Amino acid sequence: MAQVERPLSPHLQIYRLPLTAIMSITHRITGVGLGIGTLVLTWWLLAAAMGPEAYATFVKWVPGFWLGKLVLFGFSLAFFVHFCNGIRHLYWDTGRGFLPTESAQSDKVVLVCAAILTVLTWVVAFALMGRA
Amino acid sequence: MVEFALPRNSQVKTGKTHKAPAGAKKVKTFRVYRWNPDDGQNPHIDSYEIDLADCAPMVLDALIKIKNEIDPTLTFRRSCREGICGSCAMNIDGTNTLACTKAIEDIDGDVKIYPLPHMPVIKDLVPDLTHFYAQYASIKPWMQTQSPAPARERLQSKEDRDKIDGLYECILCACCSTSCPSYWWNGDRYLGPAILLQAYRWIIDSRDEMTGERLDNLEDPFRLYRCHTIMNCAKTCPKGLNPAKAIAEIKKLMVERRV
Repeated sequence: MAQVERPLSPHLQIYRLPLTAIMSITHRITGVGLGIGTLVLTWWLLAAAMGPEAYATFVKWVPGFWLGKLVLFGFSLAFFVHFCNGIRHLYWDTGRGFLPTESAQSDKVVLVCAAILTVLTWVVAFALMGRA
Repeated sequence: MVEFALPRNSQVKTGKTHKAPAGAKKVKTFRVYRWNPDDGQNPHIDSYEIDLADCAPMVLDALIKIKNEIDPTLTFRRSCREGICGSCAMNIDGTNTLACTKAIEDIDGDVKIYPLPHMPVIKDLVPDLTHFYAQYASIKPWMQTQSPAPARERLQSKEDRDKIDGLYECILCACCSTSCPSYWWNGDRYLGPAILLQAYRWIIDSRDEMTGERLDNLEDPFRLYRCHTIMNCAKTCPKGLNPAKAIAEIKKLMVERRV
């Protein structure tokens, strides 16, 4: 029989991914984002070490600029999503929480906790900024 | 390797539409993936309008009706029609399941039917499972012993027997493995949920005496540890089993035997 080159059946294009699967890829994306975001953290530490002038530049471009603020907000959100989902992974590693009903529930717990922690962080941050 | 897009020869085109017969009372459209190895064309989606008033309730019934009455070239596997043989595993309405146990009325809108995802297609809805079966053979899915054979059966306590509940029921339909993005990207080396559940079935069996060797065989960054707890396997299993949990138990055993 002549060899025919077989097609590959559709996958991502057609699969209806459950929320838990979307959370899984989000965990990876936020992980990469946090890696890149750490550059801003490095900038902050460097600026603090280099003196008042360098620090003023950092303040002007990051917390003092809307795009910088947006990046910081994204960083905090990514951090808390990754953090909460990481705790869920630790729980899974104990062999618990594997029923589809349980994972659907923990999806929501992770998302709600991440949202609360992010909002809380920014409420505190703005309160401190107001006082400064 | 991660490759999100389909190769050029696999991109899906639009195909023919077969209209419902005149006077049909309850029309439902079935959009079915087709590929013929003999015509040199790309895969395409054919639409079949079926009168549900004149069709039995399951998706497999509709496929058989299409094959019998509309288009005898439509190719798919089926055998038991009661969810025990695993032959009619396919992607229906975006999720892998058995066509024979999936009710048509549970699907909103058109019924979209594809072969099991990310597999080489032999024809239409028939995927090539050769590699999947080779991976199954690689875990030696039979009881292995070293102690001399007793005069009678090898006995097992009731508690030990309970440990293989939720494992022995697996029918190897491959729904779970082909729902797993990790298996899509690394299926050449990652064993996938179905095979790992089967591996755990023998690891946890009190009568099997090769537990250590079985774990050694799985102690590998790809064979076992490509599982990232995405959980599609547990969600999609048409038998309600939980491969993700079985994999977590194997990972736990790996840690426990080191401490």
